[in-house]
Amino acid sequence: MSQPEAHPSHGSHSEPGFLRKYVFSIDHKIIGIQYGYTSLAFMLFGFFLMGIMRWQIAHPGEAVPLIGNFLQTVFKDAAINGVVSPDLYNMFGAMHGTIMVFLAVVPVLTGAFGNYLVPIQVGASDMAFPRLNMMSYQFYLFGGIVMLASFFIPGGPAQSGWTSYPPLSLIVPTDGQTYWLVGMVFIITSSLLGSVNIITTVIQLRAPGMTWLRLPFFVWTEFVAAFLLLLAFPPLEAAGLLQLVDKLTGSSMFLPTGLAVSGAAAHAAGGGSPILWQHLFWFLAHPEVYVLILPAMGIVAEIIANNIRKPLWGYKSMVYASLALGFLSVLVWAHHMYLTGMGTVIATFFQTTTMMISVPSVIILTCLLISLWGGSIRFNTPMLFALAFLPMFAIGGLTGLPLGFSASDLHLHDTYYVIGHFHYVVAPGTIFAVFGGIYYWYPKMTGRFMNEFWGKVHFWGSLLFMNVIFMPMLSQGMAGMLRRMSDGGINYALSHTGTEGSLPNMIMEMNRVILWGAIGLAIVQIPFILNVFISMRKGVKVANDNPWDATTLEWQTETPPWVYNFRKEPVVHRGPYEYSVPGFSRDFTPQTEPDNIGAKH
Amino acid sequence: MDIPYTSKVRPDTGLYNGKLGVWLFLASEVMLFGGLFSAYTYLRIGAPLDTWPHGWMNVTLGTINTVLLALSAITTLLAWAALKTKQFGRYKLFGLLTILLACAFLGIKSYEYRDKLTHYQVQLNDGRVADGHLVENNKDADYILLRGHYAANATELLDGRAKGHPAHEELKIARTDIKSLKNYGPALNNFLAIYFSITGLHAIHILGGIIVFAYLWGPGSKMWFTAPVRFTNRVETAGLFWHFVDLVWIFVFPLFYLT
Repeated sequence: MSQPEAHPSHGSHSEPGFLRKYVFSIDHKIIGIQYGYTSLAFMLFGFFLMGIMRWQIAHPGEAVPLIGNFLQTVFKDAAINGVVSPDLYNMFGAMHGTIMVFLAVVPVLTGAFGNYLVPIQVGASDMAFPRLNMMSYQFYLFGGIVMLASFFIPGGPAQSGWTSYPPLSLIVPTDGQTYWLVGMVFIITSSLLGSVNIITTVIQLRAPGMTWLRLPFFVWTEFVAAFLLLLAFPPLEAAGLLQLVDKLTGSSMFLPTGLAVSGAAAHAAGGGSPILWQHLFWFLAHPEVYVLILPAMGIVAEIIANNIRKPLWGYKSMVYASLALGFLSVLVWAHHMYLTGMGTVIATFFQTTTMMISVPSVIILTCLLISLWGGSIRFNTPMLFALAFLPMFAIGGLTGLPLGFSASDLHLHDTYYVIGHFHYVVAPGTIFAVFGGIYYWYPKMTGRFMNEFWGKVHFWGSLLFMNVIFMPMLSQGMAGMLRRMSDGGINYALSHTGTEGSLPNMIMEMNRVILWGAIGLAIVQIPFILNVFISMRKGVKVANDNPWDATTLEWQTETPPWVYNFRKEPVVHRGPYEYSVPGFSRDFTPQTEPDNIGAKH
Repeated sequence: MDIPYTSKVRPDTGLYNGKLGVWLFLASEVMLFGGLFSAYTYLRIGAPLDTWPHGWMNVTLGTINTVLLALSAITTLLAWAALKTKQFGRYKLFGLLTILLACAFLGIKSYEYRDKLTHYQVQLNDGRVADGHLVENNKDADYILLRGHYAANATELLDGRAKGHPAHEELKIARTDIKSLKNYGPALNNFLAIYFSITGLHAIHILGGIIVFAYLWGPGSKMWFTAPVRFTNRVETAGLFWHFVDLVWIFVFPLFYLT
């Protein structure tokens, strides 16, 4: 199909059919919403897996209530009488991580928010390659379906952690790992196509007057994150392909010489290296952390700038800091591998880069914090989530420091401390930003507000329960509880009662507290889910196209935006956050507002 | 509303969208093959003593393939230049030549694959190794037929450089004498595993290139008469991809053939 057909000149009233409009759409807004629904559904599913695991940890060996029979029907021997077996626990652990990172959080940030907002915020009519955009979504969906399908094959899904470390991942005799690898190849391809699209859009399709330093901070963060996806994902694709070759042809690129499985020599030529996988994996997976956090910072910056009614403090520093973050993030990967026996010189190098990377993160966070000073803050739901992001992300970041030093990492490696640390970054950090973003842009997408009261219930409940879940994990980890024990450590604690380094009762009791936290967190998501759907019909209608009195371009077009976003190409005259500019009658000056005060040329 | 700069160059970046898109895609491809070549290096450096083979590839065939790809790089360029000078006939000629050269490359590559996959290393119970192409492997017979030679052990077979071929003869080996039977596939050792992985992925890229060029040569070339600039751009971006694929081969050839 040629371009003019795909984009009928305006004035033509030929409505595309349902399939073309909602299923095979090439409109970046529809694709963004498709990404949004799909990734949030995956997030709920990943959360559900975690719920079952928390039950097993708190009540090891007891049947899972309500869905025990269902588990037995699907997983047969792995869930006899509805009890989670260690194998099933491993499957759920691996799939919880995979789904949350690759199918939920990254797609919701880059696929949903990135797709919907980046073209509008730069003043473009669509992404640079609309059909490629559709294809990214389809690759993503297909990869997700392959992952889900693996739950129903004999032997169940992959069970070697989201990191899929060989040799374990290669010697597990079931097919789950093959599905995982194939699914990953599709998901990675989807990310690559999506990031090519976002980068090209930002470079090529900026509206007249939209210079680089007039881009909203959110666009900058998406831009840097897209570069990370573009350049860091391919090594994992390479690793995935090699592991697939190992798995399917019986080669041994990741299997060492002399490997024994269950006491017998493994049928492999040997000579390979499990560490090679770790290098290739973490070369992606550390930059991935910044793909998870940068767009979240962008969303938070947009919400904060709008609700403090003054310009962001240090916008330029934030832009340069995000570029520095992107650059440094590819130089820190081996801090996940201090225990592999690397030399002290290499460990020192990666410690140094790891400490350096905390500087730009702190710059961004500090700028946001100082921005609050002297603002007349509006405490609406999106703002509450954005404000909570700051201390929550700070806890996540600061608890990372002891993991970045190789000496303290020796003790903390692979304990619940690590789980607590990165969940603080991703759950009350990134996911709070996602929630805030949904409440903030919902009026633009639908023309109605989400319910404010239930929004606040959702916020305070989530804030409370997130901390109930993750704060105890830090203590458990420091007490020495390892992260992959399918019985929550009870056998270990019982067999070593009274000895130094065992797990005391207080630590074990926390498992139950965390379970209640998880149940509470599940309950407070119900008002959110209902709020999203009910507000579409019943929510308070927006009074105009710019209900939050915002400055960036997405608020200067109709609600919801027209299919090509702007009826007339916007011309940008000013920076993104001109709030309370002296001399203007209103406390916000949209980017499209011509400079008519003391007209200088 | 059309998307701007689909064929026109944006003044401040000097690029049209497709060209930037392809360059970004190639950047990710560099990282993909970079990851694989790093894996090659890592495996080779870390290989246990006396396990990494040398001279197992046919240098003549590798050289022919290198020349074929180098020529195809020239023909893609000439095809694009023909469009720039508005000579559609010349484009058709050089486009066809590119496709034929690429197909010839794949033909030679598949011959090499077949040669490796029918080549067997047979570990005998007495410690010796029989090495050669399988002639007959009838499940019902109590022997196999191999065209090759005997070696004292597998290590002796590792260096295939400059020794001249040992005399090949038909070997009849009783099944009862065989300890294990393995072909020169990825499972034999890591050299072959990474060889098949990298050249396999490279071959998929060649195949992708053939499909794109065939489309631009056949049904897709109608665009020349409606949107000549866009069509020329398409040929240019396809050519960029093709040059990258050629470049990967320039690394593959020394790493696997000349070592």
